[in-house]
Amino acid sequence: MLIDFFLHLKSRRLPVSTREFLTLLEGLRDHVCTPSIDEFYHYSRLCLIKDESLYDRFDLAFGEYFGHVTELPGLEVDLPEDWLRAMARRHLSPEERARLEKLGWDKLMDEFKKRLQEQKGRHQGGSKWVGTGGSSPFGNSGYHPEGIRVGGESAGNRTAVKVWEQREYRNLDDSVELGTRNIKVALRRLRRFAREGAAEELDLDGTIAATARNAGWLDLMMRPERHNAVKVLLFLDVGGSMDDHIRICEQLFSACRNEFKHLEHYYFHNCVYETVWRDSHRRHAERIAVTDLLHKYGPDYKLIIIGDATMSPYEILHPHGSIEHLNPEPGAAWLRRLLDAWPSAVWLNPEPERLWPYRKSIEIIHQIVGERMYPTTLSGLEQAMTRLSRKH
Amino acid sequence: MMRFEGSNDYVATPDLMLAVNASIRLQRPLLIKGEPGTGKTMLAEQVASALGLPLLQWHVKSTTKAQQGLYEYDAVSRLRDSQLGDDRVRNIGNYIVQGVLWQAFTAEQPTVVLIDEVDKADIEFPNDLLRELDRMEFHVYETRQTIVARHRPIVFITSNNEKELPDAFLRRCFFHYIRFPDRDTMQRIVDVHFPDIRETLLREALEVFFGLRDIPGLKKKPSTSELIDWLKLLMAEDIPEDALRSKDGKPVMPPLAGALLKNEQDLHLYERLLAMARQHR
Repeated sequence: MLIDFFLHLKSRRLPVSTREFLTLLEGLRDHVCTPSIDEFYHYSRLCLIKDESLYDRFDLAFGEYFGHVTELPGLEVDLPEDWLRAMARRHLSPEERARLEKLGWDKLMDEFKKRLQEQKGRHQGGSKWVGTGGSSPFGNSGYHPEGIRVGGESAGNRTAVKVWEQREYRNLDDSVELGTRNIKVALRRLRRFAREGAAEELDLDGTIAATARNAGWLDLMMRPERHNAVKVLLFLDVGGSMDDHIRICEQLFSACRNEFKHLEHYYFHNCVYETVWRDSHRRHAERIAVTDLLHKYGPDYKLIIIGDATMSPYEILHPHGSIEHLNPEPGAAWLRRLLDAWPSAVWLNPEPERLWPYRKSIEIIHQIVGERMYPTTLSGLEQAMTRLSRKH
Repeated sequence: MMRFEGSNDYVATPDLMLAVNASIRLQRPLLIKGEPGTGKTMLAEQVASALGLPLLQWHVKSTTKAQQGLYEYDAVSRLRDSQLGDDRVRNIGNYIVQGVLWQAFTAEQPTVVLIDEVDKADIEFPNDLLRELDRMEFHVYETRQTIVARHRPIVFITSNNEKELPDAFLRRCFFHYIRFPDRDTMQRIVDVHFPDIRETLLREALEVFFGLRDIPGLKKKPSTSELIDWLKLLMAEDIPEDALRSKDGKPVMPPLAGALLKNEQDLHLYERLLAMARQHR
């Protein structure tokens, strides 16, 4: 039945659940969609896929699974509907046809197969499609007894193929959101609840106290709700060797943006020097002096630097070491300034931890940040967040 | 059996109609996503009016709590009334304020419920509504009664992708992503809004519109509602169609472009691209 289809989707890393599958079957039983593969495609996507960024992967998987359906009669250009009808008329009596149409696809195909074998394979294509028919996913499903009828909805089938073969949702499949949920959970360790903003919640204790002071006359006290008030300053290394880690950085960034209300982000290349920038497209036009940032954000901000720390040691230790400009002061001096301004800081490194000992620059930075470098794995993130929530 | 077949004012593609009808039939909430201006909110209104059902709207904000959709116990008024010696204070039911879902559950006839922009609320909001949307019932703690839906409402939920929705919630919904309309669908949509628009003007306008949408790097791509507004302006000002294209076939700044590009940087970008195109030809 369709269980194979369901398992196929699972094996293609689509997050489909049993519950959704049962809904799918329920709808087929209730004839929500007509037995055309066009509508079945839309309906199964409606039931099973809950994120448009997965549409493309679904289209691919659907095409893989039902791809061979195109070889079945009614779908193939070489085997037009008329021919099929003529075949059915020639080989089956009207009673048989009426009976068979109720039986479902498998039986229908078996009958056809028998008849065609008697004809000694008059049609090369014919025996082929009958052969594949046995494995048809539309098999004699209890929920979907009609299967695809002979000569039914062939035009519709072709249009549906077009939909999934065009892969119109390709650019939505950035896979960025896939991992973000567990990242968010890890980031949640860094929560500091505080009451700020509009007073919207009844402060019961305050009300009782104030009412008592008021000699029994009610005096309502309101207070703001608790929010996650943690403030995060994010420095991201972009370009060069970081290109290999774009995906994980996007995930992290997207998760951070969702999780922290006060998030400021800046970009740098390889190492932090006098200036950083906010918008990669205008990085040369709009540079921001790091000294300004040092004064702008108070020490209550948590500093997270994301970078692979992979560069020549000169870029960290020597003046004029930067590969992009002549820097009067070494990167290490700027890193220390950042750490002094925001004592609660971590460095997240997307390079695998086992490679760290082989890179001199990683070792140097690891020392500068005071052993607070963590890999961008879930456990690394958790450690980093725990470290950040500690009081230095 | 209720079926939605689109309406005179709303162009629904076949896959959207299938989605709506499946969710009516199987009584599952339908979660709608899509670019801004693709008619997500309109859909609920159109389904309600096409099926002749009342529409109950719940517009979610960042401070909205799931409980507010069920009911709220106005303890503060009750406390105040008790101080003033009001008689109503004896019945706690006087201080239960019904929310949208309560109204929908107890209505005389089936209703259409729109939960608009569900992603605006706190991340736990959808989880708090799981049982209510699944079983279509909830318990009122204060009055110890259980409100069970007399008719399961048809629920539409829209999202703008600002937050990810929890899996448990998604599993209980149908999901449909409204694609940005292709040229043919757009033509039908415009026909619905402006039945008497000059065909040549429309053709030129759509050309400009889809050309604009293809420009990479725009901060805000013009959407259907912007196109409709722009066409309205073009018709009100009675702009001839050849104003949309210069005589020598080179691209020009379309009149009233501010209706399509609402961002200053986008306008500048477009002007620069036009200038470059003029030089290169």
